[in-house]
Amino acid sequence: MTTSLPLSRRHFLASATALAGGFQLGFTLAPAQADSPKPELNAWVVIAPDESVTIRIARMEMGQGTLTGLAQLVAEELECDWSKVRTEYPTPGQNLKRNRVWGNFATGGSRGIRDSHDYVRKGGAAARMMLVSAAAKQWGVAESDCTVSKGIVTHKASNRSLSYGQLAQAAALIEPPKDIVLKDPKDWTIAGKPLPRLDTRDKVTGAQLYSMDHTMPGLLHAALKNCPIFGGKLKSYDAKQALTMKGVKKVVTVADKGVAVVADNWWRAQQALETITIVWDEGPNATLSSAAIEATLKQGLEAQDAVIGNQSGDAKAAFASAHQIIEAEYSYPYQHHATMEPMNATVLYTPEKCEAWTSTQNAETALAALAKAAGLPAEQCDIHRMLLGGGFGRRAVSHDYVEQAALIAKQMPGVPVKLIWSREEDMLHGHYHPITRARMKAGLDSQGNVTALHMRISGQSIMASINANAFFAAGRDPSSFQGLNPGGTEGVFGYAIPNLLIDHAIRNPPIPAGYWRGVNNNQNALYLESFIDELAQATGSDPLAFRQKLLAKSPQHLAVLNAVADKAEWHKPAPKGIYRGLAQHMGYGSYVAACAEVSVTGNKIQIHRIVAATNPGHAVNPQQIMAQIEGSFAYGLSALFYGEITLKDGKVEQENFDTYEILRMAQMPKVESIVMPSGGFWGGVGEPTIFVAAPAVLNAIAAATGKRLRTMPIQSHSDLKIS
Amino acid sequence: MIEIILNGKKQVLDVEGDMPILWALRDLGLTGTKYGCGIAQCGACTIHIDGEAVRSCSLPVSALQAGQKITTIEGIAGTVLHPLQQAFIDLDVPQCGYCQSGQLMAAAALLSKNPKPDDALIDQEMTNICRCGTYNRIRAAIKQASAHITQKA
Repeated sequence: MTTSLPLSRRHFLASATALAGGFQLGFTLAPAQADSPKPELNAWVVIAPDESVTIRIARMEMGQGTLTGLAQLVAEELECDWSKVRTEYPTPGQNLKRNRVWGNFATGGSRGIRDSHDYVRKGGAAARMMLVSAAAKQWGVAESDCTVSKGIVTHKASNRSLSYGQLAQAAALIEPPKDIVLKDPKDWTIAGKPLPRLDTRDKVTGAQLYSMDHTMPGLLHAALKNCPIFGGKLKSYDAKQALTMKGVKKVVTVADKGVAVVADNWWRAQQALETITIVWDEGPNATLSSAAIEATLKQGLEAQDAVIGNQSGDAKAAFASAHQIIEAEYSYPYQHHATMEPMNATVLYTPEKCEAWTSTQNAETALAALAKAAGLPAEQCDIHRMLLGGGFGRRAVSHDYVEQAALIAKQMPGVPVKLIWSREEDMLHGHYHPITRARMKAGLDSQGNVTALHMRISGQSIMASINANAFFAAGRDPSSFQGLNPGGTEGVFGYAIPNLLIDHAIRNPPIPAGYWRGVNNNQNALYLESFIDELAQATGSDPLAFRQKLLAKSPQHLAVLNAVADKAEWHKPAPKGIYRGLAQHMGYGSYVAACAEVSVTGNKIQIHRIVAATNPGHAVNPQQIMAQIEGSFAYGLSALFYGEITLKDGKVEQENFDTYEILRMAQMPKVESIVMPSGGFWGGVGEPTIFVAAPAVLNAIAAATGKRLRTMPIQSHSDLKIS
Repeated sequence: MIEIILNGKKQVLDVEGDMPILWALRDLGLTGTKYGCGIAQCGACTIHIDGEAVRSCSLPVSALQAGQKITTIEGIAGTVLHPLQQAFIDLDVPQCGYCQSGQLMAAAALLSKNPKPDDALIDQEMTNICRCGTYNRIRAAIKQASAHITQKA
């Protein structure tokens, strides 16, 4: 995917209608040049005389299908011929120059579509209205007498028609409309349909270029070793031998933390790097271990002070009068994103300009990191967006790899340098899924009703790690309570429990934490849904009926739960040897549930079937949502069975896939998806079903074995293995 | 220096013998073969040497013999796409796509030996990592391509 844009700024007045999104949307266009080969109708739509329709995509594709989904939404309102659609990524530099006409580039939190559907659809609709207007003007007829279908405007009364390609140049001169009415989703013909992705073919022929594959004349390759101890620095190094090795051009220091070798081939650079003797200043965390972190988090479970996320009634008083108290403690480890494509970036620096070609979930943040490292204003820098070989949150906030590539390239002005982290470097320098523990305590009355629940979370705040100033100003991290909130769109706690207290004792070990597909919903759902099952068991209740009763006033939570129970035939006994488990959760605007079917033979767990449901409000591409559901189970079950980063002497102990195992084909269960959009809201689809993957399987394992697994991952804390 | 047959054409590899084949291929512009781990764990670098699926990140150029046939993802299609490539398109298999070259090369080697693999054989032979979790669609695509191949035969 190239990011070359055909038009320069002189074609636009980059100001316009302020929308609810809080930024300017460039519907107001200056007259397009009459000879312009590819008229831009507005920031989102370019139509060429050959009828090709280029739809600009601000959010980033990383496998989740947002490229296709966003194009469907624009094309739906544009009423163009879908077969003529191609896509293009504007750069953040272009966004900056055009007063952020494309809005936010951030692609995380399953927000690609749910945060931008309104203005991208308006972009498509405005372009269609201008095309119709241009035709009406040419024919001297009323716009209302014209119809439009698949890129052809027709005036039936006079039997005339013109194509978008023929109209585009004239349309670009038309004043953009002010009042735009979007289609009712029930009338959609492109959006809402299970269309094939737009970006598949090159991925099966090897032609797809990732930033790892970017090349340019004179390109050199860099391999980097950063201090493996968090908080440590570079003290000294001896690169005599490295400098004599074949292909090696230069050895440079990177900030005060690392050493990089630049060579004519990455493997040569890496080989040379291995010969460098490096002395680290190990810093304050040189003795940090997982055991010490665990002790800190356990202390947080007992602490008096905690930030409250959800409270009603008086849980502590209710415990005093409870007939029965049930308690359980759970834990969830650090995990690495392990994107298939390790971090990398190509940077070309000159004193006047600095450009990067890289994979990023937020090119605007990447641009800021690049400009800072280059020591140039952002206006003199740009990021060329390359397809991501996986993101999962790793490329969303920290652009350490872009920064480092810039610092290296800055030492070789005029020479493009591609920095690639080895897999080991990638694993040692993650921004890990935060570590937490939880103590769950419930009070039951004599009839087995839940009268009180206290959920104490102890552990790391992502916000404290990535934006310390904002964290200290707020004194809390709202994301810690994902799926546990009393209201709002992000993640509502669905159970009706009269006395409720959910609080977070924030404990921040000096390990970088980051957003990791599903984020804090992962462990919050695991803690809550496991414990709800424990309560059902303690009261002798059916886990479905127990949840249904508590969710009676949360119809959308209940609907997805009932959908999976129905499809899994919960009301019928499972086949011999098969045990079922349920989970439900709400997050990133969507309601999700799953039913897992497992068997346990000896110490071997087999997952026979997953039934998963999601209600994302609107389903822009149902078959892509199904792909996300399937994939989220691979990611979530990999985490459940294997995922764990541990610390010893201030350093991560896992360095590659031999010690950081990933779920493979043989262990992947069959996944039956239910996409059940209710309309009425817009929820995300890239993450939500991951929330219920682990708890549904854990509940099924508990049903099968009678033993409750509370410490993750299973591989490290149980004899059980997935087969 | 060694001469091999790369995607059907003669090619001289003029690099150090201990350079993994992966990096020699990528320097030739054949970037469809991916670096994922460097220790033959993930399979993103899978190529065929004389029809055998091999993880090229961990096999040095010195292990090659003159005249050996190397096929990369760029070379598995003939005048039309390989039936597996077509099946991957038909079933919209790839998500991010980074592992897919390796998955396709592993699957192509499997089908060339066993045109009708059962699930157990697929499980045994398809050990490449996919973080997006496209496994179920890969399995379905292997079965579709298998049906296509065996029908034609």
